[in-house]
Amino acid sequence: MATIIDLKPQPFSFVGPIVGAFGALAGLLVGTAQGSGLLGLVLGAILMAGMAFALMHLKLPRRSVRLGLVVIFAIIGLMVGGTIGGIISALAGWLFGNLTFWLADGRYRANLAPYLTPGQVLWHFTFRVICGVIFGFLITPIIVVMPLSFNAEDFFTFTPEMLALKPEGYSLKHYQDFFTNSDWQSALWNSLTIAPVATLLSVSFGTLAAIGLSQPHVPGRRAIMAILISPMIVPLIISAAGMYFFYSRIGLQGTYLGVVLAHAALGIPFVIITVTATLVGFDNSLTRAAANMGADPVTTFFRVQMPLILPGVISGGLFAFITSFDEVVVVLFVGSAGQKTLPWQMFIGLREQISPTILAVATLLVGISIALLATLEVLRRRSERLRGMSPG
Amino acid sequence: MKLLTTLLTGSALVAAGSAFANDHMASDMTLVSWGGAYQTSQQKAYTEPYMAANEGVSVTWDESSNEAVSKLRAMNEAGNVTWDLVDVEGPDSQRLCDEGLAMEIDFDDVLAQGDDGSDVEDDFGPTLINDCFIPQIVFSTTFGYRTDVEEWDGRTPTSLCDVFDLENFPGKRALEKRPKKNLEWALLCDGVAQEDLYDVLETPEGLEQSLAKLDTIKDETIWWSSGADTPQLLADGEIVIGSAYNGRLFSVIEEQSQPVAMLWDWQVFDFDGWVIPADLPDDRLARVLDFVKYATDTQRLADQAAYISYGPARASSQPLVSTHAELGIEMAPHMPTNPANQKNFLVNNIEWWADNQDDVEARFQAWLAK
Repeated sequence: MATIIDLKPQPFSFVGPIVGAFGALAGLLVGTAQGSGLLGLVLGAILMAGMAFALMHLKLPRRSVRLGLVVIFAIIGLMVGGTIGGIISALAGWLFGNLTFWLADGRYRANLAPYLTPGQVLWHFTFRVICGVIFGFLITPIIVVMPLSFNAEDFFTFTPEMLALKPEGYSLKHYQDFFTNSDWQSALWNSLTIAPVATLLSVSFGTLAAIGLSQPHVPGRRAIMAILISPMIVPLIISAAGMYFFYSRIGLQGTYLGVVLAHAALGIPFVIITVTATLVGFDNSLTRAAANMGADPVTTFFRVQMPLILPGVISGGLFAFITSFDEVVVVLFVGSAGQKTLPWQMFIGLREQISPTILAVATLLVGISIALLATLEVLRRRSERLRGMSPG
Repeated sequence: MKLLTTLLTGSALVAAGSAFANDHMASDMTLVSWGGAYQTSQQKAYTEPYMAANEGVSVTWDESSNEAVSKLRAMNEAGNVTWDLVDVEGPDSQRLCDEGLAMEIDFDDVLAQGDDGSDVEDDFGPTLINDCFIPQIVFSTTFGYRTDVEEWDGRTPTSLCDVFDLENFPGKRALEKRPKKNLEWALLCDGVAQEDLYDVLETPEGLEQSLAKLDTIKDETIWWSSGADTPQLLADGEIVIGSAYNGRLFSVIEEQSQPVAMLWDWQVFDFDGWVIPADLPDDRLARVLDFVKYATDTQRLADQAAYISYGPARASSQPLVSTHAELGIEMAPHMPTNPANQKNFLVNNIEWWADNQDDVEARFQAWLAK
């Protein structure tokens, strides 16, 4: 977007408090780590506001000032917190240098509509900061696990060698353990044989149920719907205990088939809900038109209805797959040791032996999930483009 | 022609019968244990050689010993016991035995004699705690401390009571989130003599005295519930001293080379062993009995000590304990049963705890929540 409004340089009375506020936040983090959050908060605010004042009034060349800040921050960080401290504070130096100039030049208004009031501009950026904080809150626990999985020791601990980024602090031995240990390999194999079959069952039954229940003439459809999605609402442990006693009586407890059926039952509600949602936008006159042209119901389903509700079916299937792949409570009851799945193995590992192999597995699973979702998204965009639904 | 067929089938059956002399025994077993290094030691010392000697037998491990009692109850109610042999601690075996969920054993018949010719009862001695329990190991709960605590100025804890001494040994402690052992230790450090321990503890005042002693370190204590917690906390430096199973501490000190040392003073001994679920079908029972006889003989119990620092339950196994399978270090000094390590010790008083567990546990948990 072209710049429509003139960018006015801003006074320190505007820049100072904002940079100071960010300084206070950074100071709070550093201060808490060093034992006194309050002191860090005050010092951070004063130091950063002071730095902003100096940068704005000393007319120094911009480029070298920015570089200088990064270097100075890095050196301070290096002395206080080692290699990792140096890297983090170099980033902080880069951030604060840019932030100050960005505010002082008034560049923050560059891409915004010219008629926005200062309050709206403030909200525009506050909103982004809030989103960023929430995002960080959600993702940090997952990110922290990843470097720990390369730990050279058998504990969930950042060793001094790791913090100093020395190669001897890192190792792939937990990955090696995962790929060579027969317990983990059989758990992986069990998960990979249970989840797809359970998904297939959930998708078939769930889609059929959703289509049936979307017909207005089915008697008692709300009641049937409620029963079908009950596995999602009833606490898992109740379903698990119930399934345990029921399956034991009919000889399914401790069998592969039993676990598959239990997981399918858990997956069906997800498929029903997503498919029902896509069916809301489905035009029933299309099936009547197909019938009018001589297509039998099966052909109509596969050639007309299925392609249109496919996105709902696929995302329902994905949920069903993840439910089965992640599930630990039901399999502990319904399965026996011969059907130990990955989550079961991880659960045992966490309880009996806090081993970073679990973190290695977690990292791999996160990687696989990302790859799976990315592939799905690429395929979806491709099909949209092919069908001319999107300009991209 | 028909006669010939019958004859042929008959002789084929005889041949098959002699080839599989064991076919009255099931060919797979589900063993329940604790996972981790302990289960690995059982695999190396018991099941791997057993499977090598008995071709066609397979073993499935289930790491469910923690909830063995409740799971066996559920299996029993559902009429579908899938376990063949369950590794439990002494007190759990007592409960399973009392409830009729574990099979009563005729020890002379089921277990092998000692290699030195001693009979079963003598060889296992005090570890035979009830009629269902087939002992494997003696383990102890004791303390590990970090050796690099600056605030201690070079002092090292030498007695149990140093755990309660925040002045000379400041820092966080870890204790198990259960009253057992903690209450005994607190009283011992509050001047109660070993022989009076349970008489004092049985009175309401004694219980309060013990909790009052624990109160002195409560603010500095992290309460653990899984055997892996204290090793992790010690390695992390989050605690400076904590109670744990001696085998776990051995692993932290010798196998993981962490700056941690053992404090054996007033370690509490416990026994761990097998129970056989009651009413197994004949073929599975025959297989399990065959395995148990093999896995608890003198040599197998001694072999296990090469993988983990728990003492074999048989007296005749003690002289055979040698070196660690990978590290090559002598295992005897790391055994809880080593004379140098057991100057002061307690043995888990299963009877007293069976009678008093519920009341004391309730009082302890209320105290914890305060």
